[in-house]
Amino acid sequence: MPSRRTLTKHGVNSSCGKCAFHSELLLELHLESNPQALGLVRAAVERAAEVLHFHEEESRAIVRAVDEALANVIRHAYRGKSGCPIEVTCRHLHGTRNGACVSGIEINLRDSGVCADPAKMKGRSLQEIRPGGLGLHFMRQSMDEVEFSRKKGKNRLRLVKYLAPGATAAAPEGE
Amino acid sequence: MQIVARAVQGWTILDLSGDIDLAHSPAMRKALLGEIKEKRTPRVFLNLKNVRYIDSSGIASLVEGLKASRDLGSRLILYGLNKTVREVMQLSRLQKIFEIYEDEEQALTS
Repeated sequence: MPSRRTLTKHGVNSSCGKCAFHSELLLELHLESNPQALGLVRAAVERAAEVLHFHEEESRAIVRAVDEALANVIRHAYRGKSGCPIEVTCRHLHGTRNGACVSGIEINLRDSGVCADPAKMKGRSLQEIRPGGLGLHFMRQSMDEVEFSRKKGKNRLRLVKYLAPGATAAAPEGE
Repeated sequence: MQIVARAVQGWTILDLSGDIDLAHSPAMRKALLGEIKEKRTPRVFLNLKNVRYIDSSGIASLVEGLKASRDLGSRLILYGLNKTVREVMQLSRLQKIFEIYEDEEQALTS
């Protein structure tokens, strides 16, 4: 039985029975756990968010979440070891939620590193002024859904951000 | 990322440019702590005008520098923060902890 930890900001869950989503693959990246790759991923994810018509501020939030998630994989799941595999996919998510049309971006990260410690998935109080521990806080603040699971020896992090109501539900450019 | 050090009035300005992420924050940390702890520079200014991106590891290095400067009675001053860097400061709720100025002129006369 896979362990699953769901951290949702708005209590939205695509498997709640009231939602019907479809998704299309926008981007698939196969990386090694090298910090030098982060800039490349940020550029690709920023472009994917722009293609879906996320506003500049929202695109920056998505990029920030993905960057922090990848940095956590490199630092914690792989303990700083380089050359280990990481898979990143971005999908255009669209469908209905509670009867309303919604559109967004879903990003999945998969790695084969050590299992994340749920106790460390809580982030830390921002009242403390000390280095470290901000990555998860940035992810939770930046995205609508942050969901961690482990299956068949792999960590999976699912990040979702929905387009603000009223924003253009864009089809990817070129379609 | 690039780091260029300038001496002004016996103080040091570190001009940073590019992305301060997991790949590059160790270099910034080393330069910053070198000025504060080893050289004992009384005021260290970080010019962030040309920083496009900063992540939590960059913020952690800034906090470490701030703590070191407070311990030694010196000052760490930031200026030229763009929208991206300001957002990250706000998310970390650190914008009131650091001395932050709009530009170099304001920072040097502070």
